[in-house]
Amino acid sequence: MASIFQGIGAATSLSSSASFDTKKLQFSSVRSLSGKRASCVVMRSGGVKMDSDSNRIGGRGDQLVTNAVATKADNPASSTASKPGHELLLFEALREGLEEEMERDARVCVMGEDVGHYGGSYKVTKGLAQKYGDLRVLDTPIAENSFTGMGIGAAMMGLRPIIEGMNMGFLLLAFNQISNNCGMLHYTSGGQFKIPVVIRGPGGVGRQLGAEHSQRLESYFQSIPGIQMVACSTPYNAKGLMKAAIRSDNPVILFEHVLLYNLKERIPDEEYVLNLEEAEMVRPGEHVTILTYSRMRYHVMQAAKTLVNKGYDPEVIDIRSLKPFDLYTIGNSIKKTHRVLIVEECMRTGGIGASLTAAITENFHDYLDAPIMCLSSQDVPTPYAGTLEEWTVVQPPQIVAAVEQLCR
Amino acid sequence: MALAHRSSGLLKPLSTASSSSFLHRRPYSTDDTTTITVETSVPFTGHNCETPSRSVDTNPKELMTFFTDMALMRRMEIAADSLYKSKLIRGFCHLYDGQEAVSIGMEAAITKKDCIITAYRDHCLFLGRGGTLLESFAELMGRTAGCSNGKGGSMHFYKKEACFFGGHGIVGAQVPLGCGLAFAQKYRKEGHVTFTMYGDGAANQGQLFEALNMAALWDLPAILVCENNHYGMGTAEWRAAKSPAYYKRGDYVPGLKVDGMDAFAVKQACKFAKEHVLKNGPIILEMDTYRYHGHSMSDPGSTYRTRDEISGVRQERDPIERIRKLILAHDLATEKELKDIEKQARKEVDEAIAKAKESPMPDEPELFTNVYRKGFGVESFGADRKELRTTLP
Repeated sequence: MASIFQGIGAATSLSSSASFDTKKLQFSSVRSLSGKRASCVVMRSGGVKMDSDSNRIGGRGDQLVTNAVATKADNPASSTASKPGHELLLFEALREGLEEEMERDARVCVMGEDVGHYGGSYKVTKGLAQKYGDLRVLDTPIAENSFTGMGIGAAMMGLRPIIEGMNMGFLLLAFNQISNNCGMLHYTSGGQFKIPVVIRGPGGVGRQLGAEHSQRLESYFQSIPGIQMVACSTPYNAKGLMKAAIRSDNPVILFEHVLLYNLKERIPDEEYVLNLEEAEMVRPGEHVTILTYSRMRYHVMQAAKTLVNKGYDPEVIDIRSLKPFDLYTIGNSIKKTHRVLIVEECMRTGGIGASLTAAITENFHDYLDAPIMCLSSQDVPTPYAGTLEEWTVVQPPQIVAAVEQLCR
Repeated sequence: MALAHRSSGLLKPLSTASSSSFLHRRPYSTDDTTTITVETSVPFTGHNCETPSRSVDTNPKELMTFFTDMALMRRMEIAADSLYKSKLIRGFCHLYDGQEAVSIGMEAAITKKDCIITAYRDHCLFLGRGGTLLESFAELMGRTAGCSNGKGGSMHFYKKEACFFGGHGIVGAQVPLGCGLAFAQKYRKEGHVTFTMYGDGAANQGQLFEALNMAALWDLPAILVCENNHYGMGTAEWRAAKSPAYYKRGDYVPGLKVDGMDAFAVKQACKFAKEHVLKNGPIILEMDTYRYHGHSMSDPGSTYRTRDEISGVRQERDPIERIRKLILAHDLATEKELKDIEKQARKEVDEAIAKAKESPMPDEPELFTNVYRKGFGVESFGADRKELRTTLP
């Protein structure tokens, strides 16, 4: 699955630092969004290819401020021009995290369809079976319900399995095991058993993959008590979250996105683990808080360029942790900006945005100057036709329009 | 049996009796050196494998232990019945009386390092694995002294130290879990096995065959035990399954049909299965057994079967009666001593119930404990947290 990233000329010049002026105007005219969604071919690339000499971690585009990523000081990844690091694609970052954890702890094992000899349908587990053997990187038959159950049973006995669903949609077959056994066993056994599984797989709307292979299942899993959910969006946080999820004693569902696997970024050489429950500040700002995760982060950042041209200063937060929400970071942001826009790929009904709206309203109602706006994908099965598929998910012009409406 | 015994015996043996779930030895023959050979009631039927022999070696001590343990289990289930009717136990309560031989025979053949996982009819299996009466009754009544702190209930009994993995409400979902336990045993090269138990109703679940396929593919040490009590709640097996020969359903996986009302047949079969599985991969054991109660306490058990059938089985195949006859035939104890054992069982059960009733209900903060595990130095306070605290290693 080749993601198409038109090198839009992004990140060619990286020296323009903290000022948003002429350079940007020129840049944005190249990518100007004509307002009609259908004609924006540019937007179809979900991400931006980072140049090899860009050292910004998580920052998108070159006009953004250098401190765009406000990751905490505990990790050594602050961007300095001389920091070596190494460059890799997101699926390679996942693999690196996985391999480091398998090396570190012999109880970590992987199971899923085609993860072993085939190397993983998205190459996340490539080479691991040759290195660790067939039992540690287990090729399962196509039986999601039972191999998820098997992983949970193995976890009850002390192993730390990582269960890969070839597509998140297939995990619907394993929903009983995930909900009843994975989420509940720690509780119903009075704390006797812990289930340190990681359930991961790609989801989200891809490139015309059809309705059943383009599902956004975060909403289905979010009410299961006892599990944690995280969504990765960059190679940096993919590796960190993968490691944190493996080390966590709770069951964690790691949502990846089909279109983000080929994102390239420079990540540190040193070992780092991210916090599973923390949100990432992508771009600090003053006017409006935009909460997003996974692929929509890139749509938001694209819209942010337009918005900055128009004079707005959006604060973009990648919430990363879908359950529980990092209300600390989100709350601080709301107290600063007083306006919230949630941009997500999940369904409108009962999605992550809906829960987040409720959580924010309950906790930060007094700080809001305007009602919370939530842009989600439409409540339809994802159509096959390309134009229809585009309209199913949120596109940057819609984000720009929403911010303009919010900040009126 | 008069209840007058209780008050006199209540004070002294309370501490000793409630500390172990099995009765103390009485002055009957408890010799474990003499071998007695017992024949199982019917020969075993095999599918794709040779059957073990009908002759089982045992000794007086084992016979007496079987009797006392089964008497205790039977008494516990009957007491649970009356507790349910007096509304101290709520929700679902699935009773195991009639099927005790499966638990007893299995325990006699294996160690506490071998895993057992079963569905919701788990009270007696819990007891067999070393659980105490107090923990059982407290859990059934939802008290903190229960094995799952009162948060699991009848269908969620677990005992990690004894490798008893529960206790599952969804029919058939425990079978893939059991294969996962076997997978972990193989991964760790421990040489132990897993007994994954399910019923004739669950035998029609797809995930069972998926799990069986995987277990056979990777030679996992999983023994799938089908406790065939011939009724899946209200549906007789011939109405639910095209092929009620559950031991043959494995096709490429060998199977053995065992008389589940005969504790020695079960013991022999489990021993045979354990040896087989460590060399050859999974095996299915079908235990032909019967439950006297209905599917659960809300089911009278007589709408889909006749009372004659139930009493017929009780007369001819009752597991405790079989052991009683064996004991009397080999002159290991007198009738009176056996009756005394049953009375002692009753007393222990009553004491445990009294003690369990004293245990408190869980407090409100317990609602939120054990949802997540404090892992990686990060604490989690429910779904939305306003404060983030983290310590990185």
